[in-house]
Amino acid sequence: MLVEALALSALLFTIGVVGVLTRRNAIIIFMCVELMLNAVNLSFVALSKLYGAAGQVFVVFTMAVAAAEAAVGLAIIIAIFRHQRTVNLQNINLLKG
Amino acid sequence: MNPAMIPEGAHPLAATVARLVWLLPLLPLLGFLINGTLAMLGVAKIGPADPSANGGHGHGEVPGHADEHAHDDHGHPPRHKFAKIVSLVGPGVLVAAFALAVAIFAAMRGVEMEHPYLLTLFSWMPVGDLKLDATILLDPLSMTMVMVVTGVGMLIHVFSVGYMQDDPGYPRYFAYLNLFVFFMLLLVLGGSYPLLFVGWEGVGLCSYLLIGFWFSEKANADAGKKAFIMNRIGDFGFLVAMLLMFANFGTLDILGVAEQAAELPMGGVIATTIALFLFLGCTGKSAQIPLYTWLPDAMAGPTPVSALIHAATMVTAGVYLVARASGIFSMAPVAQLTVALVGAATAFFAATIGLKQWDIKKVLAYSTVSQLGYMFVAVGVGAYVAGIFHLVTHAFFKALLFLGSGSVIYVLHAAYHKTHNHDDAQDMRNMGGLRQYMPITFSLMWIATLAIAGIPLFSGFFSKDEILTSVFARISHSTLADASLLGMPGGTVLMIVYGLAVASALMTAIYMARMMLYTFHGPNRTGEGERPHLKEAPWVMTGPLVVLGALTAFGGWLNVPALLGAIGPVGGLEHFLEPVVGEAALRTTLGVAPHLPHSTELMLVGAAIFIAVAGIAFAVWRLKPAALVPRKDAPESTGIDRVLENKYFVDEGYAAAFVNPTVNASRTVLWKGFDAGIIDGLFVNGSALLARAFGWMGSQLQTGQVGTYAWVLLIGVITLLGAFTFR
Repeated sequence: MLVEALALSALLFTIGVVGVLTRRNAIIIFMCVELMLNAVNLSFVALSKLYGAAGQVFVVFTMAVAAAEAAVGLAIIIAIFRHQRTVNLQNINLLKG
Repeated sequence: MNPAMIPEGAHPLAATVARLVWLLPLLPLLGFLINGTLAMLGVAKIGPADPSANGGHGHGEVPGHADEHAHDDHGHPPRHKFAKIVSLVGPGVLVAAFALAVAIFAAMRGVEMEHPYLLTLFSWMPVGDLKLDATILLDPLSMTMVMVVTGVGMLIHVFSVGYMQDDPGYPRYFAYLNLFVFFMLLLVLGGSYPLLFVGWEGVGLCSYLLIGFWFSEKANADAGKKAFIMNRIGDFGFLVAMLLMFANFGTLDILGVAEQAAELPMGGVIATTIALFLFLGCTGKSAQIPLYTWLPDAMAGPTPVSALIHAATMVTAGVYLVARASGIFSMAPVAQLTVALVGAATAFFAATIGLKQWDIKKVLAYSTVSQLGYMFVAVGVGAYVAGIFHLVTHAFFKALLFLGSGSVIYVLHAAYHKTHNHDDAQDMRNMGGLRQYMPITFSLMWIATLAIAGIPLFSGFFSKDEILTSVFARISHSTLADASLLGMPGGTVLMIVYGLAVASALMTAIYMARMMLYTFHGPNRTGEGERPHLKEAPWVMTGPLVVLGALTAFGGWLNVPALLGAIGPVGGLEHFLEPVVGEAALRTTLGVAPHLPHSTELMLVGAAIFIAVAGIAFAVWRLKPAALVPRKDAPESTGIDRVLENKYFVDEGYAAAFVNPTVNASRTVLWKGFDAGIIDGLFVNGSALLARAFGWMGSQLQTGQVGTYAWVLLIGVITLLGAFTFR
């Protein structure tokens, strides 16, 4: 059971990483980041069976932080959209050296 | 018994006032500190306002000075606010030092001076094998020098009170002068070569400071730099000699070196090399060929400075050094012949230039170079006593001549100042007939002239005659005669030296008489307006002249030759200096005192007298002061006159051979090539360029694409994980 859970977690995480690396749309990248967070949550829960309840506690924390992050992140994306009329990250390169 | 091994307390001098010998250099140092502090406290305006500010340009006044003259109408400009206390401290410390020196001298006369008195003050440089103490070496030789330095120095300090009275840099002047005396005493009292060298460098520094005393005039500052740089060339030789001493003897104590030098083979390469390098140092400090050209330029300084530093004391340091290192020189006949030959050549060469100079101080400057050459002839042939004797008498008469010329310049300058004339106060063509206006200076300077020319019974006669006789006596039966220089047998070299010395004696008489005739005799050429202002200088200036005049007249009695035993005690200085240089002198003459038959000696003295008289007579006969015209009307000279007036164009030659190539090489290679090219281009701008290149490369990583950063992050994480996993 544990192996399957961890495998699913790894799969989800990889999907998240690939999404972050390949997609251009900020919203989708954001969703992929959430996916990665939740993949980790899954492995926490799965492993708490072996190592005690600490893993479960961390999941609660992660979800709280993720909620806050979603609020802030979405707000930033909206601000960017207002400014640039797009959320395509290829067009946003203010950090270029 | 080894003299260096005598415990200090055991020396008979230790119980006398001589144990205070450390106070001698300390007194002038104290004066320097006080005057220096006052100079800094009272920084008024700096700049030249002096009688002899510059030979070429009359007096160098700062622009804007003229208005002041207009309304204070020839009154004295305000003196420096600390002038009174400086006049007290400056000469005061010298009077104290001289009094102490006299007391020590008296104590020294009362004891047996078999061995020098060594007083170790503190451990100076205990480095590895080198154990160097700050040791004072008091023996008859250093005593003689101390007497000259403090005695003549004291008189010149007093004279300076008058000469420099209106100078805005009055305290600074006395601070430098006191500092000079401190270093000079360190030089003559130093018990080891490095300590001597400290004094040697110190007097060079003070010489530089005082030549460039009126530094706002570029020529003066340049003259100071020239003196300093030429001395550096000589000092290099001194340093090499010291390193060689340490490498070969393992010690730098004067006595220790002398002791070990005595064990070297006669004429060996070590002694010869060390002696020649030491002599290179002497040529710089004592203005001998090829490093003599700085001394005439050094006349840019105040005249009392010329008298003290560039005539009486500092420039004779080289002679002192040769006498001090007589232990080494006497083991190296080739070096001795070199010293004598260079000395004679310098004496001759400078004398010819002296024949045609118009600047009164330049005549005296070349005369000094020439007389220093004489001293080197003496110490070169191993007649150390004769050399030191001439050093002492020269200090008397040349200080007198310089101070006399100083008071002439002072008076003339004051006269020009009052009439707002900008003529040259140092050019003899502007003088003439000063006899009636300045009778005291006139008669005293004639005494000095007769002395330097070698007229019997004046001091210079005795010392010069002793030098000539010493050279003659060593033409045979000496280590010098057995040696050879550049393939020439030593006897021949000495004959050349003797010939040159006699010829320069003749020229000395001529140019000195010429200077006196043009300055004091004939009609007055100063101009109508100035004539009423000509008068004798104040007593604070003529007083020292009178004392020096007495010394000049009777200084010869210090060392009366046996031939003239009837007039006084024979060989006083000879006996006094015997413990120091006697051994080395005897080594040169193969262990027996040189002896000439009475008839030969009489003939030599007769010839010397004849030459002196003939020189003066020739000058009186040939020169017509009445035919001279003031400088501004004088025609350009031609032919040999022009060559001599321009000093054989040696300065120009040096400029072409050494100065300009150095300057050009410095400009193209060092400045434009090395400094601008390598330092600025490669290092400074190059490193900036490198940083910029790295920055540019770094900036290329900053694409601004979040995706790229994410990729880099991922690669980094994987790398780290991999590294931790497969470690």
